Amino acid sequence: MNENLKFIQGNEVCVEAALYTGLDFFAGYPITPSTEIMEHMAKRLPKIGGKFLQMEDEIASLCAIIGASLTGHKVMTATSGPGFSLMQEALGYAIVAEIPCVIVNVQRGGSSTGIPTHVGQGDVMQARWGTHGDHAIIVMTASNHQDVFAITVDAFNLAETYRTPVILLFDEVVGHMRERIFIPKKGEIPLVERLRASVKRGVDFHPYLPREDGRLPISDFGGVNRHNVTGLAHDMWGFPSDNPQVVHGLIRHLVDKIQNNTHKIAKYKEYYLQDARTILISYGSAARSALHVVENRRSRGEKLGLLELQTLWPFPYYLVQEKCADAKYVVVVEMNMGQILQAVKVSVDRPERVFLANRIDGVFITPTDIRNILRLIEGKGV
Amino acid sequence: MAIRDYIRERFFPHIWCPGCGHGMVLNGLLRAIEKIGLDKNEIVMVSGIGCSARIAGYVDFHTMHTIHGRALAFATGIKMSRPELKLIVPMGDGDALAIGGNHFIHAARRNMDMTAIVMNNRVYGMTGGQYSPLSGYGTMSTTSPYSNIDHAFDVVELSVAAGASFVGRTTTYHAKQMADILGQAIIHKGFSVVEIMSQCPTCFGRQNRLGSAIDMLEHFKENTTPIGSKAKQKNPDLIERGIFVQKKMPEYCSEYEKIIERAMVTVHHRDRRGHREYN
Amino acid sequence: MERHRLVFSGSGGQGIITAAVILAEAAVLYENLIAVQTQSYGAEARGGATRSDVIISDSAIYFPKVNQPNVLICLSQEAYNKFSPIIRPGGLLITDTRYVKTHRKVDARQRELPMYQTVMEKIGKPIVFNICMLGALIGLTDFVKSGSVKKVLKTRIPSDFLEINEKALDLGMKLGNAYK
Repeated sequence: MNENLKFIQGNEVCVEAALYTGLDFFAGYPITPSTEIMEHMAKRLPKIGGKFLQMEDEIASLCAIIGASLTGHKVMTATSGPGFSLMQEALGYAIVAEIPCVIVNVQRGGSSTGIPTHVGQGDVMQARWGTHGDHAIIVMTASNHQDVFAITVDAFNLAETYRTPVILLFDEVVGHMRERIFIPKKGEIPLVERLRASVKRGVDFHPYLPREDGRLPISDFGGVNRHNVTGLAHDMWGFPSDNPQVVHGLIRHLVDKIQNNTHKIAKYKEYYLQDARTILISYGSAARSALHVVENRRSRGEKLGLLELQTLWPFPYYLVQEKCADAKYVVVVEMNMGQILQAVKVSVDRPERVFLANRIDGVFITPTDIRNILRLIEGKGV
Repeated sequence: MAIRDYIRERFFPHIWCPGCGHGMVLNGLLRAIEKIGLDKNEIVMVSGIGCSARIAGYVDFHTMHTIHGRALAFATGIKMSRPELKLIVPMGDGDALAIGGNHFIHAARRNMDMTAIVMNNRVYGMTGGQYSPLSGYGTMSTTSPYSNIDHAFDVVELSVAAGASFVGRTTTYHAKQMADILGQAIIHKGFSVVEIMSQCPTCFGRQNRLGSAIDMLEHFKENTTPIGSKAKQKNPDLIERGIFVQKKMPEYCSEYEKIIERAMVTVHHRDRRGHREYN
Repeated sequence: MERHRLVFSGSGGQGIITAAVILAEAAVLYENLIAVQTQSYGAEARGGATRSDVIISDSAIYFPKVNQPNVLICLSQEAYNKFSPIIRPGGLLITDTRYVKTHRKVDARQRELPMYQTVMEKIGKPIVFNICMLGALIGLTDFVKSGSVKKVLKTRIPSDFLEINEKALDLGMKLGNAYK
């Protein structure tokens, strides 16, 4: 038996991947369907000398990992639905103060407390815009365990590269499903380590003055470069400022550092797109049903393809436009009322040819659900 | 090290109103730190939001000005990840006990080694004078224009009940006692709470007709008394000052070290992280 | 290889999900097969209807749920009433005689086994009921070897309880073989 071969839940895969990157600090609060992540962390972290905290709520959990990140650790928290809503205030803080961290949201069904043990993908827009004010954010997802691993590692790498929180938007099906995974060997996936400031003692330290390449080196709390961290608009010293020039520069910097690098950040997978007349666009667990339909129809010679998005935000508009340029129909497959549908419509040249195959009742979308929409579009009736 | 070496002169003058007690708290705190002889690199100050929270910007430590009420949660993450750092968490009364009330009691319960300072001026000053959970019954504020019917918390009793292992109270009038209690709180191994009654002549004083800042300081002098004094027996309305609780209890980070040892033994895994290098 | 689609159903606390996981894990780790296991459950940790789907195959599995199982196992009346209509024609329906009274004929091989009764008579511990059921399934079908399941049991079951679990598996296999 290959000892790297495992048969585990997606939630546990996420933990394995986080540990692979060198994560050694986790704080969380129990909530279905993400709880297994914190349970595995509670078990695994002390074994490697890492720290695990069960906090009094989800805001506190995110606050705690932001604090730990400032001392130089790779950190993560995990939650679902209502917990993610609670985190929004601290999320905005991490964005503005530019503190690397990873937040997992294993999406469940329904709004409010909803249907906790069932699946949904209704938090796509919340992940984008949940915290107030102008900002950019990186949101990633995956549909199978091998990808959950790779994308989780990627999330940590992006958090370090851009000094920003990264959201992993998984869902109940991927989180709870068990399937096989080969845990990559050490060194197989490159890791991005924190870029630390190298300022000599006595030289004036500007913690919020980006380098020419746009990257912002960080100085750990406890080191010799003492500085102030704040969620208020701040100058290059990290000191609060309402100078219009400073505020403008800060907001532009926060948005540009991510939006201008969309082509580097955007991850996706494509299946049979070269000659596809109809393209399905999907992500997360819903992409499994979409791929099922595509493989099935291809075996009958029908020209169907799939674009599986793994980066949801910043949305790769250019990519969707390019891939869908020759398609007759585009069908977005997602378990919400059309949250990525809107972004796809904005991307393509002919938005009237973009349709939605969805499910919002907590039941995992089936290949039949997708086939029914395809038949309707093709004028064949259901 | 001189007191001045602990501040960031670049960012002065501070934003507090003339007569505000918060500068006096800053003064007392720096004197306490100087007396203990702490290095600037080993101190992390984490504050929340409000007038009180601005204190973090003025001191030359590792400083973090966070979001309303959640300073203790951030501090918990910092301390847990680097237990050798000294955590000082100054908060306002609304900050610590209204929006941050839950974080406050849970931090006290955990007994992680840090010092929470409640800069209690009984009002939300930065937003212009609304009543706080420490304003008390019968006080006037912009949101209790016909008098306040909310009862106040007693910070000391709340902290003791929540499990804090060090609890003290003083006022801005008692500057020497303030520095002394703060010093003892910082040295204390565990969660320490120091309530410092501070004056806000602009918002609380004016609306409640308490006179000038000096009048308010006189008020602290006249209406407080050392713990267990004879004066307290004669006049039970006097507010007690001093150290109410100072006890040895298992500290959270030390306890977690034991958890790590236990977890490592169960897997015969000795590959513990080496000491990190910091710049 | 034919694709095997199984639905394990019963009530919370019977170990339905554990049994499904053990079977699928045995297929993946020790038989070089591909398997996916999912579950649907309510808020109750005990009681309520629980269902776990397992697909075992030698090619990639995308849609991880089972619409029409080849093999349906029902360990409660509620589960039987709810799920017996979805069985694939010609499939296999396994029920327990103590918990389920079958009341209609389905187009499938129907096996009503005294699994609970056997466990109580021979071992006396209801906790291994689910493993006995797994044994019966292996006795009746052949898509995962009992040796592979035993290897999984060794890694998942605390050593104090391993013996009675292995015993329950053997009892189940005997039952399954007898009713084949």
